[in-house]
Amino acid sequence: MKARVHVMLKNGVLDPQGEAVLHALGALGFDKVEGVRQGKVIDLELAEGATEADVTEMCEKLLANTVIESYSVEIQ
Amino acid sequence: MKAAVVVFPGSNCDRDLAVAFEQAGFDVSMVWHKDSQLPEGVDIVGVPGGFSYGDYLRCGAIAAQSPICKAVVDHAERGGYALGVCNGFQILTETGVLPGALLRNAGLKYICKTVDLAVATSDSAFTQGYNAGDVIGVPIAHHDGNYYADDATVQALKDQDRIAFTYVDNPNGSIDDIAGILSENRRVLGMMPHPERAADEGHGGTDGTAMFRALSGLLTDA
Repeated sequence: MKARVHVMLKNGVLDPQGEAVLHALGALGFDKVEGVRQGKVIDLELAEGATEADVTEMCEKLLANTVIESYSVEIQ
Repeated sequence: MKAAVVVFPGSNCDRDLAVAFEQAGFDVSMVWHKDSQLPEGVDIVGVPGGFSYGDYLRCGAIAAQSPICKAVVDHAERGGYALGVCNGFQILTETGVLPGALLRNAGLKYICKTVDLAVATSDSAFTQGYNAGDVIGVPIAHHDGNYYADDATVQALKDQDRIAFTYVDNPNGSIDDIAGILSENRRVLGMMPHPERAADEGHGGTDGTAMFRALSGLLTDA
């Protein structure tokens, strides 16, 4: 089983890297970009028997810092 | 007085912190990240600056799961003293011992310079050697020092007088200019600036010395 975890800064938490990418895109002439948020994708290879609940626990304990980040889990 | 300084792979201020404690009269032992216990009778634990585990995943995230960090959290929960500087502050927020988190600097640049810090409270073992309102010069050296906490947490920090230091001229976007905060029992301090780098004439300033001196005179057994 495989799982893909998306980790993003929460709405309302300033994302300076996203802002920098937004400005760089603007400098390249991509003037229709109104916002950029940058996150990360973590792919997990899981043994038989692992559940989505296990992955959620991994997110809560390590993969995301829920003070500043939100996450979503996609089981593949 | 006994101090322990934790050493992670990638710590680079551990010896500086140890020297600052020693010069203030502490008996210092270094503790490796794989150790699961602190030395017997430790009064204060120093969690030093650096780039523990290469800052993988998030600054401090992997270190916060190390065996020694479990012991540091237990020590803090028992009412023991701890000082987290720079990466050490990031680690203490990742363990939940201190609230909030440290984000990438608002200007996206690594900043290494001496900054003016305002002492926001003298009501702690760490800051008792200063007067509230004093301005001291202490170096910063970080890429992720932008303190963030939600509104309710920041309000609680203010209401409980737990903001220890603020930046006079905010270098990194920290909310309300926060440079260092205290735990609820005021025995854990996390701060991005490096007091141990302002603790010897050779450093170009000694404004950090008062913190270590005050600690050596005040601590009780945890």
